[in-house]
Amino acid sequence: MATATVPTPTRSADPPRRRGLTVAKKRQYRAAYLFVLPFFVIFLAMIIVPLAYAGYLSFFRRQLIGGVSFVGFENYAKALTDASFLSSVARMAGFLVVQVPVMLGLSLFFALALDSGMTRLSKIIRLGIFVPYAVPSVVAALMWGYLYGPDFGPFAQVAGLLGLPAPPFLTSTGMFFSIINVVNWEFIGYNMIIIYAALRSIPPELYEAGRVDGASEKRIAWSIKIPHVRPALVLTVIFSVIGTFQLFNEPNLLRTVAPTVIGNAYTPNLYAYSLAFVNQDVNYAAAIAFLLGIVIMALSYAVQLWNQRKENRS
Amino acid sequence: MSTLTRRGFLGTMSLASAAVFFAACSGGGDDGPAAPSAGPQVSQADIDAAMAKPTTLTFWTWVPDIQNEVDLFEKKYPAIKVELVNVGQGAPHYQKLRAAIQSGQGAPDVTQMEFQYIPSFTLGDNLLDISGYGAGAIKDQYPEWVWSQVSTGDVVYAVPQDVGPMGLLYRDDLLADAGVEVPTTWEAFVTAAADYRKANPKSYLTNLAPNQPGQIIGYLWQAGARPFAYDGDKTVTVDLASEAGKKVVALWGEMLAAGSLSVDPDFTDSWYQGLANGKYASWPTAAWGPVFLQGTAKKTSGQWRAVPLPQWDEAAPASGNWGGSTDAVLKSSANPIAAAQLALYINTAKESALKLATEQFLFPPSTTILEDPEVADQESPFFGGQKVNATFTEISATVTPDFGWLPFMDFVYTNFNETLGKAIADKGDLTAGLQAWQDAVAGYAKDQGFTLA
Repeated sequence: MATATVPTPTRSADPPRRRGLTVAKKRQYRAAYLFVLPFFVIFLAMIIVPLAYAGYLSFFRRQLIGGVSFVGFENYAKALTDASFLSSVARMAGFLVVQVPVMLGLSLFFALALDSGMTRLSKIIRLGIFVPYAVPSVVAALMWGYLYGPDFGPFAQVAGLLGLPAPPFLTSTGMFFSIINVVNWEFIGYNMIIIYAALRSIPPELYEAGRVDGASEKRIAWSIKIPHVRPALVLTVIFSVIGTFQLFNEPNLLRTVAPTVIGNAYTPNLYAYSLAFVNQDVNYAAAIAFLLGIVIMALSYAVQLWNQRKENRS
Repeated sequence: MSTLTRRGFLGTMSLASAAVFFAACSGGGDDGPAAPSAGPQVSQADIDAAMAKPTTLTFWTWVPDIQNEVDLFEKKYPAIKVELVNVGQGAPHYQKLRAAIQSGQGAPDVTQMEFQYIPSFTLGDNLLDISGYGAGAIKDQYPEWVWSQVSTGDVVYAVPQDVGPMGLLYRDDLLADAGVEVPTTWEAFVTAAADYRKANPKSYLTNLAPNQPGQIIGYLWQAGARPFAYDGDKTVTVDLASEAGKKVVALWGEMLAAGSLSVDPDFTDSWYQGLANGKYASWPTAAWGPVFLQGTAKKTSGQWRAVPLPQWDEAAPASGNWGGSTDAVLKSSANPIAAAQLALYINTAKESALKLATEQFLFPPSTTILEDPEVADQESPFFGGQKVNATFTEISATVTPDFGWLPFMDFVYTNFNETLGKAIADKGDLTAGLQAWQDAVAGYAKDQGFTLA
């Protein structure tokens, strides 16, 4: 942590200054506000207004016959006992527990391997691992949908040549892991880059000191590198929590090849989408979206809290 | 191929159907639309005056190359300009249409619309009654079942553009190799499916797609089920699990249990390849199916034949419809006369309608066009030189009339995947799946404030 060497400004000098701003200062402030203004306009228009509007919508109920009525928290109450919504959240929680450790473990492993400098062609490999992230998830899901194909997909064909049944990628049990695979493929490189960047910023003196003390490379990785990239790891965990609960593209596209396995409420986001655009029930969809946001915030907060406790202990 | 996949009928199959934030019911009318009665009559003098006045019409459609038909219209009425807009087909089309209607601006004058979506727009009173604009006079050109899809009493909501009466396409060579006769009854179909499977274990007599409510509804239609009805006000009928409905799903369930059907989702890569590679020896499909197949399974050319669907009662041949679309005029149009003339001209003027049938391969709803030698005598090499249009014209005459829709088919179609479709995919209890579909649709109707008849 940075040491407090910056002198704290004396209080007595401050207040009179503030009131009597010089013309130059005023102009500076005005310029500063002008520069940040575009940010606030966009922030307001694209984030705050839609959020407020969705919040407003979630308190109403609109029927095809009977029109709009104010219902207060009824939509929220309904969601809390809605088996479809709860099971979709539970499915995503399970997904989080299985998928995120695998993904971040592999990201960390690749980052350490690249950072060790012992891999030849490290630039090409780094790019190779990162490339899937650059593939739009829509394209990725289409591609994997083809690869998973039970009749003419390459895996099924190889299995067929060996006289084996086609691997059950698109069955209701297989789908969970098929989606995990697609998500891992897409995001390992992305997380790896974040961790790798953190690794590059560790001062090399620390390694030298370690080596002088007789530490092996493994020991250096375990005792120096990993603790130093913990903030980056926490960041990737939070990104992953958010990403998991927002999962939409992959299941939505794999749905075309397995329409009865991935239902309308496979993920909470898919459920909100179906409610709004198929059931024409925007109000309930808004309530679901808000609840989902609350779940995500709570979990992200929990991750940060857990991290802070750990940091305080160490 | 590419033009075919873009064809209108695909919209029918787009199950992830959508509606938009504020849907069909505009302006919170508690009472719903009024009971239908024919609107005002426009005289020929009014029409002539309107067609001579410089006007620009907006026309939303996804039919490829429809510019050719529009050109004919603009040539006939030089004062009228038509702006063609393709906002996507299927779900995106209706989503944007509902958004434009709701926002009160940007809606087209004329729009393409599938038959089953008409009630969801009459629910919001968004469609113009064009009976008085000349559409009342074209009734005789259409089979009763087609006309009943676009009209209620004397009120006409749209001009039919193409339809999809259902028949059976099959592989002549595969059935002959397996020594299986083409079944003419559903009873015989069950036996044929089992025999075929025994003779050719790599292939199935047919595929039952677990994601295709349009096809199943076509089967229900043929069997005499009338699962949906809407009185135009607040009352709907949901009767999926009727005796006829149960009869249909029991038959397919029997074949599933015997292992003589595949259950691949349709209109996916895997399914296209299955059609091309002989995984399915037949495809019960609509009148647009032959041309579609021709683009999808080119290398099997010459091996296919088209016949009517297997029958429940051979003495009384029947069929159902799957897909097809219309052109409707929106009530918000500032130029209703010219708009109605555009919809009418494109689909009923002989030159234009023939073009749609022979160049864009839309199966014509009009008997006049169907009887034209250019359409009726067309021999298809893909079908071994068979006059496929003539076959489907005969089938069209057997489609039973008075089939209705609900004003929320988006939900009905999508929910299929969770209920009956799921039972099909799991090769489970189809009767229970049908009941679950019935319950879900009825539940949704009640939830939306409808009264169940």
